[in-house]
Amino acid sequence: MPTLILRFALFLLLACASGARAQGLTVDIVNGSPSAIPIAVVPFANESAGLPPDTDVAAVVAANLNRVGQFRALERRDVVEYPAREAEVKFATWRVLKQDFLVIGRLLDAEGGGYRVEFELFDVAKQQRMAGWAVSARAGDLRGAAHQVADLVYEKIIGIRGAFWTRIAYITSTGSGRNRQYTLMVADSDGFNPQTVVRSGEPLLSLAWSPDGRKLAYVSFERGNSSIYIQDIGTGQREVVAAYKGINGAPAFSPDGSRLALTLSKSGNPEVYVMDLASRRTTQVTRHFSIDTEPQWMPDGQSLVFTSDRAGKPQLYQVALGGGDASRLTFAGEYNAGGTVAFDGKRFAMVQGNGNVYRIAVLDRTLGNPGETRLLSPGNLDESPSFAPNGSMLIYAASEGSRGVLYAVSADGRVRQRLVLADGDVREPTWSPFRQLTR
Amino acid sequence: MFDRHSNLQGSKKMNTPIRFILAASLAVGLAACAKKQTVEPEVTDATPPPETTPQVDDGKYGPEDLETVPCLRQRVVYFDFDRADIKSEAAEILACHGKYLRDRPSAMITLEGHADERGTREYNLGLGERRGNAVSGALQANGGSAGQLNVVSYGEERPVADGHDESAWSQNRRVEIVYTAK
Repeated sequence: MPTLILRFALFLLLACASGARAQGLTVDIVNGSPSAIPIAVVPFANESAGLPPDTDVAAVVAANLNRVGQFRALERRDVVEYPAREAEVKFATWRVLKQDFLVIGRLLDAEGGGYRVEFELFDVAKQQRMAGWAVSARAGDLRGAAHQVADLVYEKIIGIRGAFWTRIAYITSTGSGRNRQYTLMVADSDGFNPQTVVRSGEPLLSLAWSPDGRKLAYVSFERGNSSIYIQDIGTGQREVVAAYKGINGAPAFSPDGSRLALTLSKSGNPEVYVMDLASRRTTQVTRHFSIDTEPQWMPDGQSLVFTSDRAGKPQLYQVALGGGDASRLTFAGEYNAGGTVAFDGKRFAMVQGNGNVYRIAVLDRTLGNPGETRLLSPGNLDESPSFAPNGSMLIYAASEGSRGVLYAVSADGRVRQRLVLADGDVREPTWSPFRQLTR
Repeated sequence: MFDRHSNLQGSKKMNTPIRFILAASLAVGLAACAKKQTVEPEVTDATPPPETTPQVDDGKYGPEDLETVPCLRQRVVYFDFDRADIKSEAAEILACHGKYLRDRPSAMITLEGHADERGTREYNLGLGERRGNAVSGALQANGGSAGQLNVVSYGEERPVADGHDESAWSQNRRVEIVYTAK
């Protein structure tokens, strides 16, 4: 039944936003979570004077809450009453429907053709109003406002900042052979509103967001060899920051944005370096004849997690920037690479290979070291995991048939949502940092 | 097809005069099937080779050999999964191209290293480079010099086979030998 509910919510979501679907990713939820919190999101009343809004805000909110795995939104056809204000709420109705929480709201006109979205959250069992908020939506960005509504509801109930109003960057690959075209895209966290950042006839890979969400670093082969670019998403301006002999790969911005960790093989062997972005000076971090690559910053900016095959097969290691030996992080699984760190610095997602099966695994050290490893994805060729900035979900790339698709998965692994490109591959997803309200 | 150059490549320690004599005698003996029979094959009957066509008898490769000599026409070296060691079956190809580099000091090769799709893209960039470096080392051991060799890794980004099974993967784990100057 939960699956059906999710499918129906999804149907509504798609029905009201098919325009975005046509040019970008198709969204599809593949399973559900039976232990999720039941929540009713009543369709928001339209109290604006203009045309009916182009976005069903409540449907976007419900879809978000379903995606994250911790909630199960009441199916739209089971919503029997449409309160728009606290005075209109009859708690008995929602208690009969076994809902723990209730969200109601209304759209009002705002200056410049936008909306003011007012909404309230109720605890059904306690028959109490928990909070009320107002979010402003610029004209044409009601989906953005809906994501902010979901973020506030999520934070009020779960106690962790919501991460629905964020973005994902990814690479699409279309065509074949010499006509293959690679495109770096940025979309909303649910795959809607895709925008092209850069196109290339040569491979693009290894995306990294700057901490302010304004820039992307990536690897391009357009100069023949790999080189690292940093591009401003808003202006489109870009520059090459690393084009040394050999590999120029795996860029990762430091938490303060002033440095870039990267892999260079100018010494003859792939090693991890840190580049000061102001001076462009590089400092070598690893020195080992093995392949050392895929550096990621720990949240405190004091150490890096990276991949090395110094023990034979690739495994994750951590090295302090102040000096000292690297220490091994992963021991479960014969192949662990492509590590990424959650905001808490205690959960590490990676690609774990056993035989010919490559799945996304999470090493969880929230209860101490050495931590527990659990598998989040079914395989067989899953890669490129990336945490949402609040750690509630991950996005990763998978191979289905002959095409690449993306999956967003709840951190508990219970809910997976598929993002598919109409024609071609999608790969290399990277979740953005939190967006900033002042734009 | 058997030809005199593939005969010679296995004997890299042979000194030049002996190699010359062997080359000359082989050229006579194998005139019927040698790849240079179109290039004035009758010259090999005369005792001293004319200076205008030294490539015929000095045993050295010339640019035209890249398109005609079987072992030089082979430009791909294959690898086992997550490995970069040269397999014995690649030894003949690498000896041939190594000799070519020694014979043609102006020749330049870019070694394009590739990996199959399994595992992460960045680790596979490292793996492709490691394979390119292994081929570079083998070519230098066979007569090439470091200055003639350039390694570029494409990781898993440029597969030649699109499948998701071992038959595709085995074709994609490779180093391509690309002559940028002949």
